[in-house]
Amino acid sequence: MSFKKDEEAGGMSFYHDKSTILQEARVFNESPISPRKCRALLTRIVYLLYVGETFSTQEATTLFFGVTKLFQHKDAALRQMVYLVIKELSTIAEDVIMVTSSIMKDMQPNLEVVYRPNAIRALARIIDAQSVQSVERFFKSALVDRSSSISSASLVSSYHLFPLSPSIIKRWSNEAQEAVNAKSVSSFASSASSYLSGGGSGGSGGYQAVASSSYIMQYHALGLLYLIREKDRMAITKMVQQLGSNGKSNNIIKNPMAMCMLIRFARKVMDEDPNVRKQMHEYLESLLRHKSEMVNIEAARAICEMRDVQPGDLYRTVAVLQLFMNSPKPVIKFAAVKTLNKLAQILPQSVATVNVELENLITDSNRSIATYAITTLLKTGNEASVDRLMKQISSFMADITDEFKIIVVDAIRSLCLKFPGKQAIMLSFLSGVLRDEGGYDFKHAVVEAIFDMIKFIKDCRETALAHLCEFIEDCEFTKLSVRILHLLGIEGPKTRNPTKFIRYIYNRVVLENAVVRAAAVSSLAKFGVCIDDKAVMKSVNVLLRRCLDDVDDEVRDRAAMYIKVLEEKSLADVFVREEATFSLGQLEEQLVSYVKDETKHSSAFDVSSIPRVSKEAAAAEIAQARSSALDIAGPSTPKPESSAQASTSAEAQSSSYASQLAAIPELESYGPVLRSSSKPVELTESETEYVVSAVKHIFKEHVVFQFNVSNTIPDTVLEQVAVIMNPSPDSGLTEDFIVPIQSLSAASGTGVVYVSFTRDDPSTYAAGTFSCTLKFISKEIDPNSGEPEEEGYDDEYQVEELDLGAGDYITPTYVTFSSEWDKLAESASLTETFALSSSESLKDACKSLIEVLNMLPLGGTETPTSNSVHTLNLSGLVIPTNGNDKSSKVLARCRMTYSPGSGVTLELSVRAENEQGARLVMAAI
Amino acid sequence: MTLSNLSLYTVTALLILDTEGQRVLAKYYNPPHQSTPSTGIVNDLGVGQGGPGMGGLISLKEQKAFEKSVFEKIRRGGGEIHPLPPHLIITRTIVDLHFIIVGPLSSSNELMLNQTLSAFTDSVHLLLRGQIEKRNVLEGLDLVLLAADETVDDGIILETDAAAIAARVSRPKADTTDIVINEQTLLNAYTSFRDKVSQRIQQL
Repeated sequence: MSFKKDEEAGGMSFYHDKSTILQEARVFNESPISPRKCRALLTRIVYLLYVGETFSTQEATTLFFGVTKLFQHKDAALRQMVYLVIKELSTIAEDVIMVTSSIMKDMQPNLEVVYRPNAIRALARIIDAQSVQSVERFFKSALVDRSSSISSASLVSSYHLFPLSPSIIKRWSNEAQEAVNAKSVSSFASSASSYLSGGGSGGSGGYQAVASSSYIMQYHALGLLYLIREKDRMAITKMVQQLGSNGKSNNIIKNPMAMCMLIRFARKVMDEDPNVRKQMHEYLESLLRHKSEMVNIEAARAICEMRDVQPGDLYRTVAVLQLFMNSPKPVIKFAAVKTLNKLAQILPQSVATVNVELENLITDSNRSIATYAITTLLKTGNEASVDRLMKQISSFMADITDEFKIIVVDAIRSLCLKFPGKQAIMLSFLSGVLRDEGGYDFKHAVVEAIFDMIKFIKDCRETALAHLCEFIEDCEFTKLSVRILHLLGIEGPKTRNPTKFIRYIYNRVVLENAVVRAAAVSSLAKFGVCIDDKAVMKSVNVLLRRCLDDVDDEVRDRAAMYIKVLEEKSLADVFVREEATFSLGQLEEQLVSYVKDETKHSSAFDVSSIPRVSKEAAAAEIAQARSSALDIAGPSTPKPESSAQASTSAEAQSSSYASQLAAIPELESYGPVLRSSSKPVELTESETEYVVSAVKHIFKEHVVFQFNVSNTIPDTVLEQVAVIMNPSPDSGLTEDFIVPIQSLSAASGTGVVYVSFTRDDPSTYAAGTFSCTLKFISKEIDPNSGEPEEEGYDDEYQVEELDLGAGDYITPTYVTFSSEWDKLAESASLTETFALSSSESLKDACKSLIEVLNMLPLGGTETPTSNSVHTLNLSGLVIPTNGNDKSSKVLARCRMTYSPGSGVTLELSVRAENEQGARLVMAAI
Repeated sequence: MTLSNLSLYTVTALLILDTEGQRVLAKYYNPPHQSTPSTGIVNDLGVGQGGPGMGGLISLKEQKAFEKSVFEKIRRGGGEIHPLPPHLIITRTIVDLHFIIVGPLSSSNELMLNQTLSAFTDSVHLLLRGQIEKRNVLEGLDLVLLAADETVDDGIILETDAAAIAARVSRPKADTTDIVINEQTLLNAYTSFRDKVSQRIQQL
């Protein structure tokens, strides 16, 4: 071998030399071609690419076309390598499409050569969308070739090519179907001998008997069929039923990976269509007994991850997984315990039956399996077993890596919240690991866990804060120190003996870097403000004055500011005790539009129109983002208040609507959107032929309804889709125009129809009910050409009615209710009493009030604590009426009583900055 | 709820590392005709984070860092399968080489990846006549590269039957044109033969 000597002499270095290879590439032009030498050189090119060498476009192109010279030589061993190089270089080199014709020659049917599959696969890399059509004939015959390697190669290549030209490849579904049904896999047939042109090696004759026994083209064919039929749920359902669950032909699929694909399809189908759920579930259960473990695991997983899975569905599945946990093969154990770990997050009680096996796995030599086992146990274990588990974990923490420690810590965090009684042992464990060696991510997870404990378990607050204080004495991570100092500032003053924390905090001012010092100053100030003790205030003042000489200006500024705040009580309320914060998404959106619009620059940016959210809500949003990021063994953090969540995500949504509306030219003159309804109203069931949902946008003088329409019938195109809206007679709205959708097919996704109305009197809030009808021209698609037919017919489709009411004019916002309520005592205020006979309980009444008024419930008043009497406090911003530029505040106090006989009685008091706002709310009930 | 991977794109990477953690072969898979990572088929069909074509592990720097953590896992011992979020790795150590297959953690069927890795190592075993060590792998690199290409095609598992993979890999033919037999070459052959023999005799 030509490079053998060099290998001995210089080791790997020889391979790494790109310039040598580029020079030696001249051998490609030599005549006669030496196949052996060339193959060795080609090997080195691929090797260089695989070890991370990069070629410039120029180099790759030169090399690529050098390599194509080798098509002159017929040697099969050489040609196979040529194809590998073409495949690898095709992404870097230019004009690769030039070699199409050379490759096509090797794809001829009846050409019995070893490299025909390689040619097919290389071709898929170099052609573009236009030329897919020209290779269609070759592909169609190759897809159903008797040789499984050719069939597989062409199926996989079609799969790769699909994004380039879906319409053409969709025509190959019959061929793909045939590949699924292939009765028996033919061997390499008679061609085997010509494959083995490699005479240099002995024993080649032995290969002749070897044919793929894997039936793997079924897997490839199913994958391709799914891609082709992805949008057509009925066809997928039918495919699963035919090949699997109906039983008649369930011996067709022999390849276990193909079975796994079928299971995934079944899962998808049953998630989307409840009607087949039972049938599919039975099918999946039957596969738990399939002879391949791969299939068992896939089926078990599919059952565990079913939508709304019930403990009753799981007995057999858990039993199978239990068996697998005793398997000698680590991969199977891993797969089983991973599945159970995930299941334990939803239904810990179902997993609890296998606790014994899980405990055995804690000592497994594979630490990953052990970690999964232990984190599962942390979820399924009962309060009694916690102590024992914690002991085992402590011995275990030393020899696992950081990322596993994080998983364990997260599991312990959720356990603490589940069993608050065990907080002491958990806390000492957490503080113990906090002292251990570890990277930032790990320490961060521990600190977060302790934060959560402080927040949710009142009993442990003081001890936990003390542990954190000790931790910051010797903490190398600035970020963590800052967060802990901030928390100390908030929680510290609430403790029984707050002064002991001040020493720790002031130590930071003396010893740390500027960032930490600044945080410590803020934290100190909070003690001064929040503790009602003159002596403390005075000492904090003294400490802050010392900070005035700090070398860092941020620290000095903060100190100066807080000294001022300490001296003036009114400032303290604004700067330290304020509980609300701006909705950041909205604020950003508004700032961007302010900066972009030159005309607005004459006046200052107006912050009052931006809705405010409570800090709790903002924190809940962050917490939510965090918990979804924890994919592996994620803890089941307690659900943040749903109302807070809804309001924050709704704001993000409305920001995106604004940019969509800005793109419609007809709406340009309307000015900015004052408000968009928070989430689309469904006007149809999600299962119907046409799915319609509506969003309402309020402008200064107009109302625009946005209808999101999608067509789920695959073989028709809808043209000129419009929505005809008939308002109720006294709505005070006049229709302007409709922006229809030109053409809508199943593939094009969701289209949008806009219907615009003028508000007759912009100073009042128009309200009413609209009957809506979808109107369109329906055209069938010609199955041969894929084009819609010329002739269509007019059709109408009735959808549900749409209401426009008070809630559409109000944005929920956060305020401190009691103080604002008193402030508004002077302005418009209305009180009335209603009987809410339709509400069954106070809880119901609260829910519907929040829904109708679209205002933010404050201070947890949305969940009644008593069954008979409750007060719900709501706040919102009403969009401006004519002549006013600013949104006005409106607050509502709903005092309710409930008695079983008469239902809920409501006394609604509304205070608002202007009369109309108050009336609007009142009229909504 | 996580979606299952409804596409054929399953394998993120196939690696062979040596005892120092250096690359012998490192092939990271990305579906062709994909303009930007994590869009199109891979995204629509739920390949899952850390899957082929989902971004990440694109630059050499990312890849090297990843391989370092993979090697760290192997070095620490403790089993052949590990989560390395967002990836899942299955490793197999044969003499002085580590064979590694990488898939997305959230949506992989571990047994599927394991079977693929076995198919690859077994076919290499067949092709190198049972002698898998770094030196042999480098000498028979053309066979190993082709075997890898016949096992996984840009993230799609192409074949899991080791014998079939091995049979699909052609061996180089001797260049008949290169071997020139004349008085000189025969004499050279004779001399080297004689030297070898005399060396052996002296050693006895």
